[in-house]
Amino acid sequence: MAKIELTRSPFIKNALKSRYPQLAVFIIMLVGYIFAILAGLIGTPVGSHNFSIVFVWIAWWAVLILVAVPFFGRGWCAVCPIPLPGEWLQRGAILSPPGKRPKWLNLRVPKMFRNIWMQNISFLLLALFSSVLLTTPNITGIVLAAMLFAAIGLSTIFERCAFCRYLCPVGGFIGLYSQTAPIELRIKDKQVCVQCEGKPCYNGSELGYGCPWDVFPGGLSKNTYCGLCMECIRTCPHDNIAVNLRPFSADLAKPSTRIDEAFKAFIMLGSAMIYAGVLLGPWGAFKDAAYNVGTSAWFMYVIIFLAIIFGILPGFFTLGILKTKSRLPVKHCFASLATALIPLGLMFWVAFSLSFVLTNASYIVAALSDPLGFGWNLFGTTNTAWQPMLTSILAPGQTLALVGGLIWSARTAQKASSEINISSIPTIVYSFILTLVMFWLLL
Amino acid sequence: MKRSELLSRIIVTVAIVGAIGAPLYFWSRTPLIHARMAENGGWSPDVIQAEVGQPLHLRFTSDDVVHGFAVGQMDMPSVDVLPGKVADISLTFDEPGIYTFYCTRWCGLNHWRMRGTIEVAGASTSPKPVSPPLYVSLNLDIDAPHDALFIPDGKPSAVNGQSLAMSSSISLSQEDYFTQSPYQVFDELKGTSLTDEQRWDAVAYLWQSNTTPESLANGKQLYAQNCAACHGENGAGDGVFANDLNEAGEASMQTMTGAHDMVMQTPVDFTDPTRMLGASPALLQGKILRGGMGTGMPMWGVIFTEEQIWDLIAYIYSFQFEYTK
Repeated sequence: MAKIELTRSPFIKNALKSRYPQLAVFIIMLVGYIFAILAGLIGTPVGSHNFSIVFVWIAWWAVLILVAVPFFGRGWCAVCPIPLPGEWLQRGAILSPPGKRPKWLNLRVPKMFRNIWMQNISFLLLALFSSVLLTTPNITGIVLAAMLFAAIGLSTIFERCAFCRYLCPVGGFIGLYSQTAPIELRIKDKQVCVQCEGKPCYNGSELGYGCPWDVFPGGLSKNTYCGLCMECIRTCPHDNIAVNLRPFSADLAKPSTRIDEAFKAFIMLGSAMIYAGVLLGPWGAFKDAAYNVGTSAWFMYVIIFLAIIFGILPGFFTLGILKTKSRLPVKHCFASLATALIPLGLMFWVAFSLSFVLTNASYIVAALSDPLGFGWNLFGTTNTAWQPMLTSILAPGQTLALVGGLIWSARTAQKASSEINISSIPTIVYSFILTLVMFWLLL
Repeated sequence: MKRSELLSRIIVTVAIVGAIGAPLYFWSRTPLIHARMAENGGWSPDVIQAEVGQPLHLRFTSDDVVHGFAVGQMDMPSVDVLPGKVADISLTFDEPGIYTFYCTRWCGLNHWRMRGTIEVAGASTSPKPVSPPLYVSLNLDIDAPHDALFIPDGKPSAVNGQSLAMSSSISLSQEDYFTQSPYQVFDELKGTSLTDEQRWDAVAYLWQSNTTPESLANGKQLYAQNCAACHGENGAGDGVFANDLNEAGEASMQTMTGAHDMVMQTPVDFTDPTRMLGASPALLQGKILRGGMGTGMPMWGVIFTEEQIWDLIAYIYSFQFEYTK
């Protein structure tokens, strides 16, 4: 399938170039985000009836993992409210271009942090506390507030949106999986960018801000670090930026060689499997261990969690690579072949989330009418009883996701292997075994 | 500053202030009584003010598990308080005083401690004379042992005892029933020609004749709702919380055996004949009214009416006697 340039449509192009539609969505999102923080802090402590739990971890999560990431990549980042106050503060404006003199420290992020290891760590930190986070509104409220303040704080110290690029626990995996999405932002003609003076898409101009994600669109070849904020469309004086519809997983044709990204793939893969076991599995002791933060059982859970992600999963993967007897460095093969785990991980998350979301979706209807648990009945749905939804499609849907993910992963493995000229069989066998484990955990 | 920028700033400011202010406003204006397990704070608030004759509107929500709300010594159905849901109730008090409200669901280990008070102010419309409970009038030391010195081999049968009592013209006035233990009555029958087993059967009948099926049924219901969690469905002191209370250690179930000597105590076994046949209804009334004084047994005097306590006592004796074939 050839690429289709969506921005050829005047309607889409104007909608993306104008700040107002995005601002309107931003304001709605920001209001919702602040409301979620307050709901978590002052609303009912009963998670299943609290806006912060129901709308963040069920509604938002469903939209993010089942729709936004697979189909729009970093589409969520384009409307995410978390960096907004920090960005506005940093620029001293909401709509207008920033002043010539920076308002805050505007430091460059140290080189050692210019990778996604901080995002890996922040995701793992949340993951280790996820049983409490996902069920306790005030913890969710605190974490949401902490992310907002972290984004504001980093905006006053570092240039651009350091939080989104280097720290956001959600942004890390969205970036990884956005490579599979059929939407991309790319330049139309590289020569135009080469000859462009001042590079306003990166440095900003009177038309808009320089790329908040610290990306020069002229060199953009993957979705991973493009936040789809559309600023470059607004600032490009040559109309050289396009938003394209493309085949799924186009970015994966050229595998990454970065270890931080490879480990992100393992973190996501392992987390999906562990969550499937803890949150959906029948093992009470495992659930208790995950929930009782600070106890010896929880520390054991942490050790197992980290051992699976940093030891068992990459360990067996490396053994498979060693079987290929490649002349390339193991590190290079490891990172390249880990690309094949990206569609597998995404589909693991889709399969897991289907179960989680369909089981709990009825809470959304009840919480809509009484988001704070004060006894309201705004839309007459407060007393909606908990009822798992669409249970008949759950097993077929999960099977489709897992089998589809395996095929997708195998195809990606073949492409990645041919790039570095080694066998794809160990990676495919590895993916097959993990898929069987996931089947066992879910079905 | 451009108009568009200014307008955007105004809209964003209003939106943020609204997003913060609206929930805080409604939060500050939504009086809710929160129910949490006793370990996590119980009722909040646990003291409520009311006026005689003025309807008191209360709204409840549970922050953890299912709780129930009822006011002691009031004829009202219990209100279930479900997690995340809000329940409403209106109460009107005819007399001033301090009323105890309590949880009616087995919500947790210290469920029994989940109580609060409603302070009702105003003038009394029909002051009632207050008389001391029977165990106080009798000057009973309810903490002293009152064991039966001789116990039957099996459960005495009221059915067998009925014919024996009829033929021997044995009866027991209600006053004697309240004030004497089964063992005392058994002992008083030693001058008769009855064997030990027959005397116990006669005592069983005398106890049955001082109660009614309705009283037993009411007592059974009260026992199931309020006592069985610790004392067990069959009275054997093996309720679902018994082991947990034991494991919870000194903080949960203690009894005083000296000024400084605290000893763990499990819930009383109502099937133990030595203890129960030596206890008079008045003694049991004192235990129920006052509670265990340092044990996990709470005081029920603020919750049960006098009639309910007698019903409960009548039912507790059924763990010792066979009332039907």
